[in-house]
Amino acid sequence: MKILVCISEVPDTTSKIKHINDNKELDKTGIQWIINPWDELSLTRAIELKETPGSKVESITVVHVGLQDSEPTIRKALAMGADNAIRIDAQPQDAYYVASQLAKTIASMDFDIILTGLDSADFNGSSVGGMLAQQLDMASISAVTALNLEGEKILVNRDVSGGTQTLEVQPPFLATVQKGIAIDPRIPAMRGIMMARSKPLEVLEATNEVTPLTEYVSYEVPPPREACRKFPEENAKELAHALHNEAKLI
Amino acid sequence: MNFELTEEQKMIRQAAKDFAERELLHDVNERDAKSEFAGDRVKKLAELGFLGMMTDPKYDGGGMDTISYVLAMEEISKIDASVSVLMSVCNSLVNWGLETYGTEEQKEKYLKPLARGEKIGAFLLSEPEAGSDATRQRTTAIDKGNHYLVNGTKNWITNANCASTYLVMAQTHAEKGHKGINTLIVDKDTPGITLGPHEDKMGMRSSDTHSVMFSDVKVPKENRIGEEGFGFKFAMQTLDGGRIGIAAQALGIAAGAFERSLNYAKERKAFGTEIGNHQAIAFKLSDMAVKIENARNLCLKAAWLKDQKQPYGYMSAMAKQYCADIAMEITTEAVQIHGGYGYVKEYHVERLMREAKLTQIYEGTSEIQKIVISRALLK
Repeated sequence: MKILVCISEVPDTTSKIKHINDNKELDKTGIQWIINPWDELSLTRAIELKETPGSKVESITVVHVGLQDSEPTIRKALAMGADNAIRIDAQPQDAYYVASQLAKTIASMDFDIILTGLDSADFNGSSVGGMLAQQLDMASISAVTALNLEGEKILVNRDVSGGTQTLEVQPPFLATVQKGIAIDPRIPAMRGIMMARSKPLEVLEATNEVTPLTEYVSYEVPPPREACRKFPEENAKELAHALHNEAKLI
Repeated sequence: MNFELTEEQKMIRQAAKDFAERELLHDVNERDAKSEFAGDRVKKLAELGFLGMMTDPKYDGGGMDTISYVLAMEEISKIDASVSVLMSVCNSLVNWGLETYGTEEQKEKYLKPLARGEKIGAFLLSEPEAGSDATRQRTTAIDKGNHYLVNGTKNWITNANCASTYLVMAQTHAEKGHKGINTLIVDKDTPGITLGPHEDKMGMRSSDTHSVMFSDVKVPKENRIGEEGFGFKFAMQTLDGGRIGIAAQALGIAAGAFERSLNYAKERKAFGTEIGNHQAIAFKLSDMAVKIENARNLCLKAAWLKDQKQPYGYMSAMAKQYCADIAMEITTEAVQIHGGYGYVKEYHVERLMREAKLTQIYEGTSEIQKIVISRALLK
């Protein structure tokens, strides 16, 4: 069984977000890039499955659409435990562009399970996984919270209203995963960090046949969070008034 | 000159930061209050390879350089110096000492499980009456032909209970003074070894510190490190490298207190504005930042010299003395910036201040470092 994990990189949550070019573009100065948290958890789960004694998982490949400066993010995925990596050499432009680039590359490859994060922590588009499955003409399952291999069976869980749905799935399929797939992202071990340098990272040319479908008009940073206001115990009325009329929470 | 870290070094720093924030932060104050050893977390740290990170991969270590070690020590010490001191003893004293001076048989038997993190080591030099003056070893290792018979007491031993492998300095030929000292590898479960109670310390309270008593403990001859009488030199050479670890620890304690102070200064308001806008606090932050930058550069230079196989004892003494002293200054200022909140446990800086104090004392007091530095200058 071969698993492919699609990873994107996003700004670390502590990075200060600013925009340039008439608020149409992210200012990348000083941004610390990390693996998108859902993708990191997907990869963690894939590694856990591979490490299980008697596992049928032969290999874990990570694929990323990005320029050369994103390679440290890919190396981290290799340090965590992926076996090899593919970088499609293109600046990601929108979900359709990324999904199409991935599809063109993956179409000729042979994977049993493809994992993508439910969304990316920067654009929150939740689109790449679905678009990719469509373009590969592959079954897809959204918002997966658990992935288990039991004998010959592949079982996935999804949260549904009021409970959990368990599905038995036939490979190949694509799953977009969310909270629950793994508890914490894997911290790379020293040995993994040393080995990451020698693991294969293949760089593939992007196709010119894909045109993004989205034009970004403008970005706006939310207003800074205001300082905490304290209400004395005896002023519950004032608190209720503020919650109702100012914060509009009740 | 290149100040840029490699991709691997950055990854190690991030791994250490993630580990400390995820695994250590949530109960560090509670463990400190209870003097409770973080055994389960140490196991995870070992599994990630941090305890043998500098040992050559041919002895099952991580093969990382000293710069990576400094980066990891700083990040873990920002949050929990009780855990980072264990890491320092394992890496720079026990593993390095065995790798550099041990025989192949000793490395096979003792270094490999230590480097894999399956076992923990301890370094037994200090005695009730031999601290800074380590030449006055009263613990004896009498030559009995095929073994040494060890008797005496060692004090303030980090990892004393959790360690399986002890490196013990003991006097074999008292008439030769420090040239009669040997270093022996001793299994902790050898009959005749007993531990004193866990030390009730001012800081680093959850590190595993005990006195260790030896009563007619038989140690095979093949467990001696180096030639007869090499023990004191072994201890001094090993401590030269150990100082880089403790310097990085002190740096981490200082940087942790600084980061907390900076955040607090941006949030806490007084006289109508955030306290960071008051010059009294802003200048304190500025002074702290300059000292931390200096301290980090000294640590990294000592580490770089070691990695380049150049003499580093002089620089590691400078790093140890400076980092420890500024850690004490910075943590004291951090408490001051936090005011009343700094004096209670919730904000961590009072604990960091207590931890900082020890870095001026162990693995060579600040005064001993000044002796090392000045002797090198006046030579």
